[in-house]
Amino acid sequence: MTNPVVASNLPAPGASSTGGGEVVAPRPTPRLAITPVLAMAPFTVYVTLLLFVPIGAVVLLSLQDDQGNFTTANLALLFHGIYAQGFLNSMRLSAASALIPAVVGVFLAHAIATSRFETFRRLVASAAGVFANFGGINLAFIFLAAYSYTGIVVAWLRSAGIDLYAHGYQIYGFDGIVFVYCYFQIPLMVLIVTPALGAIRPAWREAVSGLGGSTWRFWRHVGIPVLLPSILSGTLLLFGSAFAAYATCQALTSGTVELWPIQIGNILDGNILAGQDHIAYAIGTGMLVVLFVTMSLYLLLQRRARRWLPS
Amino acid sequence: MASLVSDLAVEEVLGAPGEQRSRPTRRRIAWWRAVVLLLAAAYFLLPLYAGLRFALQDANGNFSFSSVRAIAHQPGLGDAFWLSAELAALTMVLTLALMVPTTIYVHLRLPKLRPVMELVTLLPIVFPPIVLIIGVLHAFPLWLRNWQYMLALLYVVLAMPFVYRSLDAGLSAIDVKTLVEATRSLGARGPTTLWRVLLPNLTSAMVSAVILTLALVFGEYTMAALAQWSTFPVWLYDFFQTDGHVTVAVSMAALLATWVLLSSIVLLDLGRSRRQANRRRS
Repeated sequence: MTNPVVASNLPAPGASSTGGGEVVAPRPTPRLAITPVLAMAPFTVYVTLLLFVPIGAVVLLSLQDDQGNFTTANLALLFHGIYAQGFLNSMRLSAASALIPAVVGVFLAHAIATSRFETFRRLVASAAGVFANFGGINLAFIFLAAYSYTGIVVAWLRSAGIDLYAHGYQIYGFDGIVFVYCYFQIPLMVLIVTPALGAIRPAWREAVSGLGGSTWRFWRHVGIPVLLPSILSGTLLLFGSAFAAYATCQALTSGTVELWPIQIGNILDGNILAGQDHIAYAIGTGMLVVLFVTMSLYLLLQRRARRWLPS
Repeated sequence: MASLVSDLAVEEVLGAPGEQRSRPTRRRIAWWRAVVLLLAAAYFLLPLYAGLRFALQDANGNFSFSSVRAIAHQPGLGDAFWLSAELAALTMVLTLALMVPTTIYVHLRLPKLRPVMELVTLLPIVFPPIVLIIGVLHAFPLWLRNWQYMLALLYVVLAMPFVYRSLDAGLSAIDVKTLVEATRSLGARGPTTLWRVLLPNLTSAMVSAVILTLALVFGEYTMAALAQWSTFPVWLYDFFQTDGHVTVAVSMAALLATWVLLSSIVLLDLGRSRRQANRRRS
């Protein structure tokens, strides 16, 4: 709080006023004569114009036909045909690219956290920070160089007698996308879970073994319950990140898989018959709903997860 | 999304040098750790190695630097790179001009608004870029859509989640109230306080915000492609059909640059948390 004694000693109170004399006058303290409304205005206006207006437009347009009349026909299209398929594919892909990295990430984080080499732990932690940000088209191109039909790793395996592509695998397909997404999802999970692992105190473990409990009992009754909110909220975040992703998948498949984000891209690129814009808005609204639910659950669980973290 | 969380979590992971960690007896389980770590190393390093090999091959598969040398004179790459650089610069200036005063003000005068700010700056994560851009393409007037720096305005929004968190963490680490009262009792007015006391304390938070913004602008494909601006990632995507080896060479260079940039943030955070730990100890 401003100290009024000190403040009244200052010369020229309100000298920094921006002209709003009537605002400053009744106050003895020489506060910056910027009202809260004025100070928050640039941010509020910016976020409104560049975030809320475009998003609002998408939701509004998904509820209108070509003449601008209210209709739910666009949204109804989401429940039939290729757009329903796109939704199911997106959900399946996001679930797989959330659950697999979540499980692997927990084990990896535990393997790293219990390592006795301090330098190694720091190195891996910063590597995870960097890998978690590798996404987008660069990653897709590098995976294509390694794992496409003529890719280098595929060629090695072929010369070793294992032909991946003979077994129906392909980097452009569903499994391939999950495989690539793991590259940034696993490090993300490691980053989320590591602080939670740090919150498990050695004393708890000693207490369990002092009472005659096994390692299994420790994890069953202490470790997993403490970690669960962090693991679940991390999984939801991975789900959201996979659900919203467009660039990596587009570069990997050139838009040939039926996923919701890819379908929006194809409609906008004009690969689909013109005049279908309203379906893009409907899919957009659908994505907003899914992500809204996911992120709300994430925030709820996050709050619970923080209980055990040392603050 | 990734950048936000990792930025937060790296601080948490690395920012606890003095704390004790769980150290259970682990002789029995050493083998599974070795297996997990080896598999992870193979998964994460193989593509990088393959990318490097691929970039250093000519069309016949022989070792050669021709693709790397060819990067310099590809049609359109210079323009695309320059557009992305301009967008990055504009995004950084706009982001700092918008977020630094707002965040400081919220910390000083409206601390009750902090949860709201946290939620609002989280929204660009909930609203995916692909949905935001279709809204923008419809809602924005034509002159704005045809303005070649329009994307920078949107990148400010995309950068908000981690820029706000970076600044918020920077401000929480210093005792803003005491600092401001001290400067005021020494006779300094608002602008002086801001310029000579608050901003110098926020330098490392602003630097990491700027670096993350740079990485964001040079990696963002979705919005640029759908708004049909030929930025660096969009050029790269289009050029992949022409010459895969050169594209992978550019991708590897971009990844290397991202690696260096992001590692420097981690080091910066590390230095900051060490300094704070020292201060606390003394």
